[in-house]
Amino acid sequence: MITVGVDLGAGTTKAVVLESPDLLRARYFVRTGTKLEEAAASVREGVLQAAGLRPAEVDYVASTGYGRYQDKSRDIQITEVTCHARGAHHLFPATRCVIDIGAQSSRAIQVDGGRVRKFKMNDRCAAGAGRFLERISRALEVDLATIGPLSLESKDPTPISSICAVIAESEVINHVTEGRTVEDILMGAHQSIADRVIALARQVGVEDEVTLTGGLSANPGMVRALERRLGRHVNVSADSHYAGAIGAALLGQQRLQKLRAGADGKPNTYDTNIPLKPPVPIGT
Amino acid sequence: MYVAGVDVGSTATKAAVMGEDGQLVGTGLSPTGANVVRAAERVFQEACRAAHIEEFDVAYIIGTGYGRYKVPFGHAQVTEISCHAKGAVSLFPNTRTIVDIGGQDTKAIRTNAAGEVVDFCMNDKCAAGTGRFLDACAAVLDMKLSEIGDASLRSTHPLKITNVCTVFVESEIVSQLAHGEKVEDILRGVHNAIAGRSVALLRRVGIEEQMTFTGGVSRNGGMVRALEERLGMKINVNDLSQYVGALGAAAFALERVKHGIDLPARVERPAPTHSGSH
Repeated sequence: MITVGVDLGAGTTKAVVLESPDLLRARYFVRTGTKLEEAAASVREGVLQAAGLRPAEVDYVASTGYGRYQDKSRDIQITEVTCHARGAHHLFPATRCVIDIGAQSSRAIQVDGGRVRKFKMNDRCAAGAGRFLERISRALEVDLATIGPLSLESKDPTPISSICAVIAESEVINHVTEGRTVEDILMGAHQSIADRVIALARQVGVEDEVTLTGGLSANPGMVRALERRLGRHVNVSADSHYAGAIGAALLGQQRLQKLRAGADGKPNTYDTNIPLKPPVPIGT
Repeated sequence: MYVAGVDVGSTATKAAVMGEDGQLVGTGLSPTGANVVRAAERVFQEACRAAHIEEFDVAYIIGTGYGRYKVPFGHAQVTEISCHAKGAVSLFPNTRTIVDIGGQDTKAIRTNAAGEVVDFCMNDKCAAGTGRFLDACAAVLDMKLSEIGDASLRSTHPLKITNVCTVFVESEIVSQLAHGEKVEDILRGVHNAIAGRSVALLRRVGIEEQMTFTGGVSRNGGMVRALEERLGMKINVNDLSQYVGALGAAAFALERVKHGIDLPARVERPAPTHSGSH
């Protein structure tokens, strides 16, 4: 049974191909850009190619992320909170608190057995999200990919007092003229994001184990800042970036199993209002 | 005898020099930049030149704005809230409410006939609804900040901007452009969004006629129109609106001189480095 999970985020669009709950066959991501439909189509093409599959071999597509309704070939869409909780649980089964930091939003989710118990999010402003770091790296003229490793070299982090990404940009320029090093400013910026998301996490309750998901999980400076500020270990894996897509694929698989078993007489509990594709007859 | 006010804002630094009779005799304006002290010196020198007086003719100087403590030649500091109230009432005597939109913050101030602050409310936590927000929108559209106000006035079908965050609005504009929306319609949406935020701030202090618009963004005709439409009333604005903080500071300086305050010994001022160079 082949399910594809697609996570249409503000920064990148991720996709995974799941063959069984334990077998992740391929992962792929593209930059989302401004045309969500195109991003969804190209990520699916990429992930199927990576998995060596033809589109007809896919049984079920579950989409998530803020652009989930723009994935035209989806069978179901599921909110990103549900998917991140499920994906984080899959990667680290003892997860009790998920911190998801994406390009334009951050959220803290309290989970139990992969199910969402409580969550808090900020998607209104770039403070505490990846765009904040993008602005800072631009102001410092440092390549975005290198800011994490660079920040780890900081000896005396420079606190960034502005919450707003735009105002922080000017603050950072002032720090540079005052002679602060790029490493120290960068660690200060990572700590600023950490403080914003930890404030969210405290509202849902921080409990071991904490798992970081979303695009910023690939940034070692972010992981260090979070661990220092939380005083706890934070789980991260190479698949953390794909946690939403993995969660979507897993939930999609579960859904498909129910449909095939014919046990599903009740209405869809996810945020769907499009009719489901009819169940695929077994053996076709 | 002359007095002066120097208003060091996040984006621009302004100076106003006033005569004994309260008449404005000279102004100066410069981007604040990274060297705040230099900007303060520059605008003060410029204002003195414009007034055809020497710097030592100015008996008392008050600094205001977020960089008011970085005016090394200032004798005293007064908050920008007080200065805006004072300055707006001196410019438009019937002013009772002030909307001040600067480079990095927005303020709503209610004042009485004497130019004293009755109440105020401000947003200085985030760039939403400030000059910075307009700046970012202009940059995304590859336009000059001075052009976008007029362009917005040519809109026939204003778009609704849903984001508040400046950073997100940039992406929103990019995707609207990708969907073929017209630049002027996007811009009108941007101006309307800022007007909406400013009016929300104004409601918190209470709106009372007349309203005076101050700060750098008051130079933007599109913003004036958007505010007037949202408020359903005329607002006062003129060429001196950007200098209101500096004007108010000068007015305070004049009051202090007239009321016979003990003038502190002049703070040693560094010799002007670029006087008369341009």
